[in-house]
Amino acid sequence: MGECVNSIQFAAGPGFQPPSTSDFNLPPAFGHSLYATKPIFLVFLSVILISAFFIASSRKAAVVPGKFQFAGEMIYGFVRNNIGEEIIGHDFMRFVPFLFTLFTFVITNNVFGIVPFLQFPAMSHVSFPYVLAIFSFIVFHWVGIKKQGLGKYLKGIAFMPGVPKAVYVLLTPIEIATFFLVRPLTLSLRLFANMFAGHLLLLVFITGGDYMLHDPHLFMKILSPFSFAFGIGMSFFEFMVQCLQAYIITLLTALFIAGALADEH
Amino acid sequence: MHGTLNLVGYGLSAIGPAIATGMIFAAYISGVARQPEARSVLQPIAFLGFALAEALALFGLVLAFVLK
Repeated sequence: MGECVNSIQFAAGPGFQPPSTSDFNLPPAFGHSLYATKPIFLVFLSVILISAFFIASSRKAAVVPGKFQFAGEMIYGFVRNNIGEEIIGHDFMRFVPFLFTLFTFVITNNVFGIVPFLQFPAMSHVSFPYVLAIFSFIVFHWVGIKKQGLGKYLKGIAFMPGVPKAVYVLLTPIEIATFFLVRPLTLSLRLFANMFAGHLLLLVFITGGDYMLHDPHLFMKILSPFSFAFGIGMSFFEFMVQCLQAYIITLLTALFIAGALADEH
Repeated sequence: MHGTLNLVGYGLSAIGPAIATGMIFAAYISGVARQPEARSVLQPIAFLGFALAEALALFGLVLAFVLK
């Protein structure tokens, strides 16, 4: 992916190096270890922050919640009621811990993309969304197999009931590909591509503004604050996208679980 | 000026998902406007449709970087 990047010099004037995919390959944080990189530390930091926040907000739980407890309960209530109960229906409480963990983990790592000094969404490295998608994949298939038995579950996927027999020639490969390939792939790539594109977008405006500020022409210097202002505006837009993507990955996982739990698809 | 036609291609391919996203939210808005109490039912459906349409645009973006 790295070499093709320098070809993207469309709108840029001479000398300006536009941000590229190689900007995502950060150097190791300590020494030469390939495993000690910024995204990894961000993921650890997110786990610590999430744990600390929710332990602190629920430790002194009272009937009349304080501000802190209210914030924690609002996030939990959103995942439980708006995603868990509404999508999965009865028997949803089993999945709330998984959905809640997924949601908070993704939203924290996404929002790191616009937090000053951290400013890197860990999910813009495709390996992290892959792992999340594998978890989701295992959970929804496991749930379906446990509920219906392996044979019946696979039969339900491959041979959708209520369809004329001749259609199975087309439908069966599509359904199998959907359940075992397209679903985990789209789940991870959607999150990855959103975070990747968002970070790249911010990089374009900020590095562009920086370049214009150092340009000898006065005209460029005058215009550079606009680029920075756009970068700040886009940060708010990114915040919206980051929250939305955390919602969507949790929503889709809940939908997959609900589909596996349903008696027929 | 030099560069790659990939980005032009990506721009063209993004038209489809853009129209799709617009139509999905137009339908969602008019649905909620007609029947405000249906909002909670329509919201996951709207975002699911949005996510599916948007995925196409994002695959295009990834391919624009990957393919030479």
